[in-house]
Amino acid sequence: MFDTALTSSDFLFLARGAGMTLLVTAISVVLGTCLGIACGIFRFQVGPWWAAPMTFLLDIFRSIPLLIQLVLVNAFLGMVLKLKISGFSVACGVLTLYTAAYCAEIVRGAIEAVPGTTRRAARSLGLTWWQDMTSIVLPLATRVALPSWIGLALGVMKDSALVYIVQVTELLKATQILITRLQEPLLLLMICGLFYFVISFPLARLGGYLERRWSND
Amino acid sequence: MIEIEKVHKSFGQLKVLKGIDLRVAKGEVLSVIGGSGSGKSTLLTCINGLEPIDSGRILVDGTEVHAKSTDLNKLRRKIGIVFQQWNAFPHLTVVENVMLAQRKVLGRSKPEAEAEAVRQLSHVGLGDKLKVYPSRLSGGQQQRMAIARALAMSPHYMLFDEVTSALDPQLVGEVLDTLRMLAAEGMTMICVTHEMKFAREVSDRVAFFHKGVMAEIAAPAELFGAPKSEELRAFLSATH
Repeated sequence: MFDTALTSSDFLFLARGAGMTLLVTAISVVLGTCLGIACGIFRFQVGPWWAAPMTFLLDIFRSIPLLIQLVLVNAFLGMVLKLKISGFSVACGVLTLYTAAYCAEIVRGAIEAVPGTTRRAARSLGLTWWQDMTSIVLPLATRVALPSWIGLALGVMKDSALVYIVQVTELLKATQILITRLQEPLLLLMICGLFYFVISFPLARLGGYLERRWSND
Repeated sequence: MIEIEKVHKSFGQLKVLKGIDLRVAKGEVLSVIGGSGSGKSTLLTCINGLEPIDSGRILVDGTEVHAKSTDLNKLRRKIGIVFQQWNAFPHLTVVENVMLAQRKVLGRSKPEAEAEAVRQLSHVGLGDKLKVYPSRLSGGQQQRMAIARALAMSPHYMLFDEVTSALDPQLVGEVLDTLRMLAAEGMTMICVTHEMKFAREVSDRVAFFHKGVMAEIAAPAELFGAPKSEELRAFLSATH
């Protein structure tokens, strides 16, 4: 098994794929989380009725398989609107909305978990809505949301494998290309899995670390 | 002075306050007693504008609480309120709990806010718990912290909403002692309470609420000694 035709430049090719996976994930998770926080706060603030159109829109992104979203958005932008947009941008855009859709629900749930009486106490001390949000709700809700959010980020990282469909050569696609050429699927998939693990593990540990640090009871 | 004029308030179909008229002068300690659902707690949340009212008006130092032009956040600095549930901010230490609003609302510097927090916490007997998280405190200690947190804002008025009702019996005394101390220092206070002994000893006047109406108000000796209405007699005999 260790008698392999894998060269160092092939390995570098895989590493570059891993870099692409990391880049697409990082952009989508950062932007998607920001958008998700905004949507989640909006959803909480205006109530289910007024937020219904937004919730419906986000539900679309949550319920249609990512692969189909990527193909449809790519086709729509390229063939219908005749826009010259790179596969990379489409991938980041779709994954951002996908992340935002899940994140909005996490944020809404986390804000709802902050006791109304605690917030009332903050307001009765003269804190404005914004000060209450930043000093009380944000830190408390973050603690609630963190485990789900870590799960979401890891999920998006793995789902990002689907962006090969819009011609982005990320880790899994790079692996497949090498498998086709070298015919050594087991070794290559093991290396691929190792790359995924190396990317995910720090994030998972970061979550555990923050949870321990924030648990003061 | 707190002036309450013909205040009506309802939650949906339920009329909670039916025309309350009440004046509380500077330095006065008023206790409000009455059965649950009599509207006494609602009155407190209306005074600092946490709840809107249907009609009538409430003036605090001449400022109408529910007027559109009133800056409620500014007005609330004058009015400290402590609730039945003590509502500590669980992610902050005791001293940070007391510093937060001082820094955010009053714009005090960190050393200033900290000095005031330490002063107020020592005052309520928590000088040795500064760096502790609230979850390590007993209910009585958390409630005293909530009182210190409100006092650190240098309020002109303090509203206490059944502050001992959620406490274990053996912890009630320490919180009532804190209230007694405040009353002795001349703080203007409205205490919604079930502690009749406390109301009798500490208050200048006691108001009895019944079904959204202020049925009686008098000096404690008079109100407890010679209740006029049948409702108050029934209430007092049930609570004794």
